[in-house]
Amino acid sequence: MSTHTPRGPVLDTTVAPAAARIVEALRPELLLTQEHHMCPGCGEPLALRGFLDTLSEMGVAQRSIAVAGIGCYTSFSGTMDVDLVQALHGRAPSVATGVKRMKPDAVVFTLQGDGDMVNEGLQEVLHTAARGEQVTCILLNNGVFGETGGHMTATSVIGQRTKNSLDGRDAEYHGYPILIGDLVSRLEGAAYVARGSVHNAGAVARTKKMFRRAFETQVERRGFSFVEVLTMCPTGWFVPTADGPGYMNDTLGEVHIMGELKVDGVVRTTDELRIENEHRQHEIEAALARGGLDT
Amino acid sequence: MTATLPGRAERTLMEGSEALVRASIAAGCKFFAGYPMTPFTEVLEHFARLLPEAGGTCINAESELEAVGMAWGALATGERAATGSTGQGLSLMQESFSELTLAELPMVVFNMARGQQDYFQATRGGGHGDYRHIVLAPQDVREGVELVQLAFFLADKWRNPVLVYGDYLLAHTQEALTIETLQFPELPPKSWAVDGTKSGSGLSGSVTPLGVSKHGQPSFGQEGKAQYIATKTPLMEREVRVETGFLDDAETVIVTFGSPAKFVKYAIKQLRADGHRIGYVRPITLWPFPYDTVRDAAAGARRVGSFELSAGQMVDDVRIGVSGQAPVTFIGGVSTDHSGFGMGRMLDVDVIRDRILALHTDRELPVIPGYEEFTYALAPHQQEAAR
Amino acid sequence: MTTVSIRSRGTVTIDAGHCKGCELCIPACPPGVLAMSTEVNHMGYRYPQLYAGCTGCAACLYVCPDFVFEVFRFNQPVMSDVEVAE
Ligand code: SF4
Ligand code: SF4
Ligand code: SF4
Repeated sequence: MSTHTPRGPVLDTTVAPAAARIVEALRPELLLTQEHHMCPGCGEPLALRGFLDTLSEMGVAQRSIAVAGIGCYTSFSGTMDVDLVQALHGRAPSVATGVKRMKPDAVVFTLQGDGDMVNEGLQEVLHTAARGEQVTCILLNNGVFGETGGHMTATSVIGQRTKNSLDGRDAEYHGYPILIGDLVSRLEGAAYVARGSVHNAGAVARTKKMFRRAFETQVERRGFSFVEVLTMCPTGWFVPTADGPGYMNDTLGEVHIMGELKVDGVVRTTDELRIENEHRQHEIEAALARGGLDT
Repeated sequence: MTATLPGRAERTLMEGSEALVRASIAAGCKFFAGYPMTPFTEVLEHFARLLPEAGGTCINAESELEAVGMAWGALATGERAATGSTGQGLSLMQESFSELTLAELPMVVFNMARGQQDYFQATRGGGHGDYRHIVLAPQDVREGVELVQLAFFLADKWRNPVLVYGDYLLAHTQEALTIETLQFPELPPKSWAVDGTKSGSGLSGSVTPLGVSKHGQPSFGQEGKAQYIATKTPLMEREVRVETGFLDDAETVIVTFGSPAKFVKYAIKQLRADGHRIGYVRPITLWPFPYDTVRDAAAGARRVGSFELSAGQMVDDVRIGVSGQAPVTFIGGVSTDHSGFGMGRMLDVDVIRDRILALHTDRELPVIPGYEEFTYALAPHQQEAAR
Repeated sequence: MTTVSIRSRGTVTIDAGHCKGCELCIPACPPGVLAMSTEVNHMGYRYPQLYAGCTGCAACLYVCPDFVFEVFRFNQPVMSDVEVAE
């Protein structure tokens, strides 16, 4: 975003300033520690912040239950201050179903990656959505098995280089990526389906709103809700951390189009999403340039 | 399906599946998820009908994988929950069974097996890692009603899955009975369960097979968790349950379990009446297996036979128990009906009596009438190798 | 050298010890008042440093995977005179 070069001396940033009000706190309230072992430049903690802060802001934190899948993000199982059930790889939506049926007043959400949800457990999320289960499934989609060291998943895009598609994903040889958000949005039981991203501040802010609408859908018992978030995995993509957001925008972001795919039961077209994305990005950039999203 | 017998208002005629389901509800089961498969299907049907009436939930899961996952979630909230299938369906659930044990979730699993060929699956498990499930094998519906309630208790007591091993006969035999709620010793509250109320308090909890805990709470780690489970498992061996009969002067001891045990016991009673000194051991828990009972029974005997409707699975445990004190012969066999669902021709008192007597009198085991048709020819190179 | 007056409407605290040096915050800052250090922290990573002109917009915080920033807005903007090369 920025093209300026900073000028003058480095300011002291070790202590909170006097005569100022806090805009955003260091770490989400619902994290027991800020430390995590994710790689530099990983996008998953950004999505984590989004949904944890949303739970706090909605005042439902004290009745929320997470069901975690298996992937890099599983390391948040121990640091999220949220009652949690650890599921097997791919099985979180069913486990969440059992939890929700026994605790109908809880806000129940899964936390899964693309390897977990779209490879190993595709039927689980589809069946849970079709059943209109009153849970929220959260997918952190980086198009790669990050934890195993960079292997192709069902959402890897055509041309994407991974350790088992060295010359890039080839449609004829490896098949096509699954656009899971689009697939889920076609199911009757899915009430709210959105695809966010964390490749820049504006996208992070928009994604947070998606979490809010998804959790609201659940609280109001309007059906299954789903938020997919495109996240950077510089390690699994073999790109420098600083190039992560740009790489993502140009590759995954061009195939898995960001936006609210289904709102109040109405499915939206890819063109509608693209147009909206451009508008929203300009709006948000302008607001940030003015000094914040609240300006 | 349910009819009250005249003059005996407290007893109702019901098929085994319904009795097992009513026993589950009596035990406080609040959740069931399953996928239809013969001969387990009726268990699912009765749960679907009866559980909602009792304030619970039964989900017709889209697959066995999902059924066990749903029950997993329900258990994690501290409620009693179960799933089930035939051995075939349970094969699909094995990954979960392994990990449920590490997550210490008290799942009750029904296997309405096609025959007794799931003994290994039940007692050794098809999943990965070091784990054991307590396996209860009722001989009839009446005992099933008790053992199902015991299963829910033992699962909670040990925080370990418990499997109820039944079959076509158990699931479909109609009996007139009363489902009495059994009383068990009080267990501590499930402080390990999660319900969302501790979220955001700094003391949130987790239910996990991974050996990790919330930040700041003591954590086993993967290895520590596996070692802890390995320490708990031998303690569960104390739950061994067994029935014996006519062992005092027995020259021949037959080991048998489940529905066929009732036939075996009847055949032995007939043989006893003819003066044959034959006794039996009936493991009620397949795991833990009553090795000590089998060892003691074999001490004074000349021979031991294992009768089971399989190609010979429990016979391995019988050999371990006998420990070479007497020769052990497998006198059962594969026996299903043509569909593969039912119990087959070997489940016949006359057939069983002939086999026991053959063993007892050191004769060759008789051929099962009608099973000659199953004699397939080996390929020449296999015959060569078998020579 | 000339002196220019730069207005800061906000500021941030930077928990440099937790920074993993990914540099996502640098291009995210609209007025461009963040730049990476030449020093490294105890993990061996360079970390961002703040210069005059922060607006308190929080964009850096939104994109930082390691929760390094805390963002503040001054009650009254702070003016700093800085010497810049011509
Ligand atoms: S491998 Fe990828 S997804 Fe996993 S922590 Fe590293 S950057 Fe994140
Ligand atoms: S708050 Fe905004 S202006 Fe200040 S350092 Fe962060 S991104 Fe830059
Ligand atoms: S985004 Fe965060 S972790 Fe990355 S360089 Fe900036 S402060 Fe460090």
